[in-house]
Amino acid sequence: METLNALVAFLNYVVVPATSYGAQLALGALGVTLIYGILRFSNFAHGDTMAFGTATTILCTWWLQSNGVSFGPLPTALLALPFGIAITSAMVLATDRTVYRFHRKRKASPVILLIVSMGVMFVMNGLTRFIIGVQDRNFSDGDRFVINARQFTEMTGLSEGLALRTTSVITVGAAVIIVAALFWFLNRTRTGKSMRAFSDNEDLALLSGVSPDRVVTVTWLLVAALATTAGVLYGLDKSFSPFTYFQLLLPVFASAVVGGLGNPVGAIVGAFVISFSEVTFTYAWKKVLTYALPGSLLPDGLVQLLSTEYKYAVSFAILVLVLLFKPTGLLKGKSL
Amino acid sequence: MTTMNRNLLIFGGLAAAYVAVGILQSWTLALSILNDGLIVAVVALGVNMQWGYAGLFNVGVAGFFALGGLAVVLVTKPFDPAAWQAGTPEILLALLLAAAVMFAAGRAWKVMESGLLRVVVTFGLLAVGFATFRMIFGPAVEAVEAVNPASAGNIGGMSLPVPVAWLFAGGLAAAAGWAVAKTALGLRSDYLAIATLGIGQIIITLMMNEEWLDRGVKNITNIDRWPVPHEVGLQQQGWFISLAEFLGQDVRTASTVFVGICFALVIGSILVVLLALLELMVRSPWGRMMRAIRDNEVAAEAMGKDVRSRHLQIFVLGSAIIGVAGALYVMRHGLMAPQSYNDPLRYTFLIWAMVILGGSGSNWGAVAGALIVILLWGEAESVGPSILALITAPLNDGPLKQHLVDSAVQMRLPIVGLMLLLVLRFSPEGLIRGR
Amino acid sequence: MDAPFLIGENMIGGYGPVDILNKCTIAVNPGEIAVIVGPNGAGKSTAMKAVFGMLNIREGQVRLLGEDITKLSPQDRVAKGMGFVPQTNNIFGSMTVEENLEMGAYLRRDNIRDTIEQVYHLFPILKQKRRQAAGELSGGQRQQVAVGRALMTQPMVLMLDEPTAGVSPIVMDELFDRIIEIARTGISVLMVEQNARQALNIADKGYVLVQGGNRFTGTGAELLADPEVRKTFLGG
Repeated sequence: METLNALVAFLNYVVVPATSYGAQLALGALGVTLIYGILRFSNFAHGDTMAFGTATTILCTWWLQSNGVSFGPLPTALLALPFGIAITSAMVLATDRTVYRFHRKRKASPVILLIVSMGVMFVMNGLTRFIIGVQDRNFSDGDRFVINARQFTEMTGLSEGLALRTTSVITVGAAVIIVAALFWFLNRTRTGKSMRAFSDNEDLALLSGVSPDRVVTVTWLLVAALATTAGVLYGLDKSFSPFTYFQLLLPVFASAVVGGLGNPVGAIVGAFVISFSEVTFTYAWKKVLTYALPGSLLPDGLVQLLSTEYKYAVSFAILVLVLLFKPTGLLKGKSL
Repeated sequence: MTTMNRNLLIFGGLAAAYVAVGILQSWTLALSILNDGLIVAVVALGVNMQWGYAGLFNVGVAGFFALGGLAVVLVTKPFDPAAWQAGTPEILLALLLAAAVMFAAGRAWKVMESGLLRVVVTFGLLAVGFATFRMIFGPAVEAVEAVNPASAGNIGGMSLPVPVAWLFAGGLAAAAGWAVAKTALGLRSDYLAIATLGIGQIIITLMMNEEWLDRGVKNITNIDRWPVPHEVGLQQQGWFISLAEFLGQDVRTASTVFVGICFALVIGSILVVLLALLELMVRSPWGRMMRAIRDNEVAAEAMGKDVRSRHLQIFVLGSAIIGVAGALYVMRHGLMAPQSYNDPLRYTFLIWAMVILGGSGSNWGAVAGALIVILLWGEAESVGPSILALITAPLNDGPLKQHLVDSAVQMRLPIVGLMLLLVLRFSPEGLIRGR
Repeated sequence: MDAPFLIGENMIGGYGPVDILNKCTIAVNPGEIAVIVGPNGAGKSTAMKAVFGMLNIREGQVRLLGEDITKLSPQDRVAKGMGFVPQTNNIFGSMTVEENLEMGAYLRRDNIRDTIEQVYHLFPILKQKRRQAAGELSGGQRQQVAVGRALMTQPMVLMLDEPTAGVSPIVMDELFDRIIEIARTGISVLMVEQNARQALNIADKGYVLVQGGNRFTGTGAELLADPEVRKTFLGG
């Protein structure tokens, strides 16, 4: 009985939140890694791209809701998502056309492009704040729980309840679908292979007849879709505010770097390394241990390695350690 | 027009702009913006040193800046005997132990042969060290934080005078810079940027949460601002009251303006001294060598220059400068609020915008960039809403109009962003070309 | 003698203000193997790149089947029927062998299965390793991938820039055997080579370039026999 309770507590407070968060980070990190691998620069504006995508989706959600549209037990935001992606795609393509293309044609170094992305970050951040304001926004509706703690304890007779929020299930489900689709695209379609070729050896790809403009456009479209989805899923799970999303840049980048910048599989692996580390290092393990250990062995105190304030610090610490000892990441990404 | 004339024009224009603010709005406001600008100019000098001289991309500026403020608190605040009794020595001991363990673990990893034994020894050291650290550190921190938590609850300071604080700020930031450089400087620019961003955030998170150190989010107030007088004190001085009457100003406003001028003089002189030193360095043989390394690192190494240690020197010096600015900042506001550093946009990326706008590699450019951006930043806050209200006057009153007027302040960030993008596109060397 | 299949005639030009090529002429006839040799810095690779369009020539002309292609970009020349194997960075290391071949045929819209089988027939080991990442193969095998990739557009003329650079003598012999086979199928081969003696051995036509100009021209056998050529740089 006790072991089961310990397991349920472990699942409820560690595994489920970490998996959910990891899936969101993975989608964000995939965007960062695609830009690094194909467009060859670190895009510091990615957090704000996620914010912009989420903000536009929220506006569309509100519009749908005001017109009486709903999605049953699922959040209406999911219906608004395609619109949000479309608007964000237009935004990033416009940004590429007006800003990045100039520097790309001049073969600007990755550092210059990084600085340029800083400028884009400012503008996008301001734009997002402008269209939706700076306060916290909660835009999830529909059923809150697939199964809540009380139902679980009634069903199983355990004292510890496992609550499965709808948003967690949607997040993981959406992430799985999107990642599968992305990998299918990259590995099985002509365009996808041409993008991998372009990332691998640009000169040879051009020689083979790959159109650079097409590759760039498709990359940005993918990035817009990934960033918007990641942002919407995160916002449904927690809440949305431009500042929080800007801060998400840091764990998202950490995930991509830890996994290996430029390597899509690495982005996913890195995301879960980061998310699980953040949660395990800041979780108060006392609860789980209370079930798992006999009373005499129980330690005093909360058994919390670091306070929850240090969540981001954990991802940075891992990021810095990886950069120092294995700069190309766990799964060997590119080094430009 | 010659470079000299162009620079004079830029700085002349700047001076005129600040004076215009003083005349058209208020001298208090103008001086407030100016003082912020001067402090940020010092930071920009430090960043410019790292980027312009050595091509090192430090995005952890906010961390070093915050450390400068921390230094002021640790130096100038009065010594706290109650905290010392409660656990300050134990805390220091635990920290020393932690540093020693990490050093030992690092040495073990370097010195031992690759293999299982090395892993076991290193991680063993770290585990034992961490456990011992927690054993000593935990209770000591609790004890210290329990001493007078409402107004203290931290280890206090060393009761030393302010100039020592400036030196200590530079030193603390330099030490942090040394640690960062030793470990991260081998990384390529992109990666160095990300690593320094991470390290800067870790520093700030530590400062925000370790209440025994600096009261965390409860902040520390009443910071000594020698040699600048306090407004309240001035208002009571006979000579000052007569002076105010003579100038036809009310005492209260006059005192704020006077204090503002004092700050400007103090910060300004430090800035001028730094600028002079840096310009001397640039023209010296050392400066020529640094430029050679920057322009062609491979060739310089082939010629026997120790690039790695030169970069280290520059990084440390630049960090020290940023630390000094952090000290000045805290003294100017009389407040050390770790949470306020938590906005990388304001403290790190904005500085970078200034350096790029002003001209990477040029000290004068960094100063100009800082003063321009801060002026824009301050004016957007004070004048922005009125301008936007004017523009939106033809619109009907309602939530949209209100929203537009409210967001005036928010607009300053994208405007800086736009300026940055325009400069990068049309004038990448910035306003003032570096050497 | 019928008009050459591919000719770069009287080319003058370089990468920047300094001319590397000085009235250099390179030509290859259908089904022939033409080899460009010469001392270091002679402009061999430059001449090849000029024929392929990777650098612009100030003066002179490049003609394929009589058509003037001097102004065409390299990608357009590939579409016209030229294949190019660069000296370095000539494969997609992170992609499988078969994906490399697929990328070689990127411009083609028809069924490429037959061509892939032809390449596997020519380089049997590639068929064995077709699902392996090209970057993991040995140097010689990577060169085979590079050549196979270039053959996927079914070019009329195949150009190779120092194909045996950095490979062992056995691998070099094997590569040359393959090149002869390729020529036998009717594809013209134009090759820059450092290993002059072995290259001239299999060459129908040889060009010895010195300082960007034609110094000696003749059949492979003629050049090998020529005492001056031998003395200058074949080592006697």
